[in-house]
Amino acid sequence: MRRTVFPHKLLPWLLLAPQLAITLIFFYWPAAQAFRQSVLKEDPFGLSSAFVGLANFRKVLSDPAYLNAVQVTVVFSLLVAFSALAIALFLAVQAEKIIRGKGFYRTMMIWPYAVAPAIAGMLWLFMFNPSFGTLAWPLRQIGINWNPLLDGDDAMILVVAAATWKQISYNFLFFVAGLQAIPKSLLEAAAIDGASRRHAFWTIVFPLLTPTTFFLLVVNTVYALFDTFGIIHAVTGGGPGKSTETLVYKVYNDGFVNLIMGDSAAQSVILMVIVIALTAFQFRFIERRVHYG
Amino acid sequence: MAEPGQSPMAARGLARTMAHFWMILGVIIVAFPIYYVFIASTHSVQTILRPPLPLLPGPEAAENYSDAFSGGIGRIGGVSLWRLLGNTTLIALGIALGKIAISMASAYAIVFFRFPFRMACFWLIFITLMLPVEVRIQPTYKVMVDLGLIDTYAGLILPLIASATATLLFRQFFMTIPDELLEAARVDGAGPWRFFKDILWPLSLTNVAAIFVIQFIYGWTQYLWPLLVTNSNEMNTIVIALKKMISFADADTPWNLVMVTSVLAILPPILVVVLMQRWFVKGLVETEK
Repeated sequence: MRRTVFPHKLLPWLLLAPQLAITLIFFYWPAAQAFRQSVLKEDPFGLSSAFVGLANFRKVLSDPAYLNAVQVTVVFSLLVAFSALAIALFLAVQAEKIIRGKGFYRTMMIWPYAVAPAIAGMLWLFMFNPSFGTLAWPLRQIGINWNPLLDGDDAMILVVAAATWKQISYNFLFFVAGLQAIPKSLLEAAAIDGASRRHAFWTIVFPLLTPTTFFLLVVNTVYALFDTFGIIHAVTGGGPGKSTETLVYKVYNDGFVNLIMGDSAAQSVILMVIVIALTAFQFRFIERRVHYG
Repeated sequence: MAEPGQSPMAARGLARTMAHFWMILGVIIVAFPIYYVFIASTHSVQTILRPPLPLLPGPEAAENYSDAFSGGIGRIGGVSLWRLLGNTTLIALGIALGKIAISMASAYAIVFFRFPFRMACFWLIFITLMLPVEVRIQPTYKVMVDLGLIDTYAGLILPLIASATATLLFRQFFMTIPDELLEAARVDGAGPWRFFKDILWPLSLTNVAAIFVIQFIYGWTQYLWPLLVTNSNEMNTIVIALKKMISFADADTPWNLVMVTSVLAILPPILVVVLMQRWFVKGLVETEK
């Protein structure tokens, strides 16, 4: 606790005012509205609304289209989080072994972080679109009927690849930092005891990295759930045939394009609960993370 | 560690060579999409539409880029490339500098003053972490309409400059400033502004640089928000404009200009990240975003 402070009473409020005003107007007020609308039903002309309790939630949760979006989101998020973590960890471990040229590799690895998700999606679409994608072309030559614009599974593979590609940089930087914090003496002791590199990795390095991995798992899940909206919107538009329609894309589509208020609000509230749970989970584990660096 | 019949030194050398091999492969995978779009931006539409694309820059570079800048993008997107770059730069700078200003002010108030509901204010800001725009799209849009902020720079920037993470970081950093420093300053008669300007600001520069990079990227790569609050092409960011240009169904899409626009949408944030790498990596890893 700080002992010395300034005695002013009004000044701190003036300093806080801009941030508080923005959070109240653009965060809390709309969030409260989402909660309010989620328990109301508007008549078709939007003239009056009645309290309907949890009816909107019941309707949303029994809607096959919503359940499809849940399934798509789970598959998409698991694939993205797992691939982005696995590839980044593998590369970070390789980078640790290198003495000369580490800085060069790091510089080359961080580029995708600066690319907008929507553009990451478009880059992959340029390479893999069926009409002129240079990398789709060899797939066709060897007889694979690749068409992400028409086939749901192909579309899913494409958006997962783009989303993973973009997230590798971020994970790589954190894993490199995590690996550097592991005392070298531990690994040397293991080597003297005759442990193979592989054995030492799974019994020493990987457990010590757990806090970093946990933290990244949450960040990657949040990323896959929310930040990838741009990729889905720009590349597939949720299609073909809802095969890449994630929960966030559906909220956008129902509330903003199709204008179904009550449903959209209920979906928003469900998403809010998911974010709150994930954030709470993240901060629950933060102390352990800090402990290891 | 050593394989049978192999010296430990040789095993380590081999492991290192393999590590270089994997890193080079990783770099190729990571850099290839960006290289690909750059190469495509230097070829004619006809070459782009006839796969495979050559792996080296083509002869059309000067022509494509000068056409894109001198009205080519205006013909397809209804708005000039200069305007798109200007809009995006303005938004990214506005968001980054705005976030730094209001987060620093908030953290300063919370750390260096005592007033009722001080921690309540902190939590109020902190909890916004849990309310990303994605979960409250429709009601937020309504607020924007009611305030007349659709198609305005204020509408594109203001709602995005609240920042729980930046406030958190500055608060953490301010708390490490020793009490003695503030005492000494107050003995010398320095008020809040003098203390901030002469002591705190110079000490905060590294953190400011780190947050600037992260938030500039955040601003430049915005997608959902500009999509919601802009209708007019004049207000497009380069990312949104690019999305509007792309149509695989339309045979007339000038792909060479699309590729030029992609390169220009990617290049500025990459330059910022690469040139300010030292602060960026520190900021990212130490603040956990």
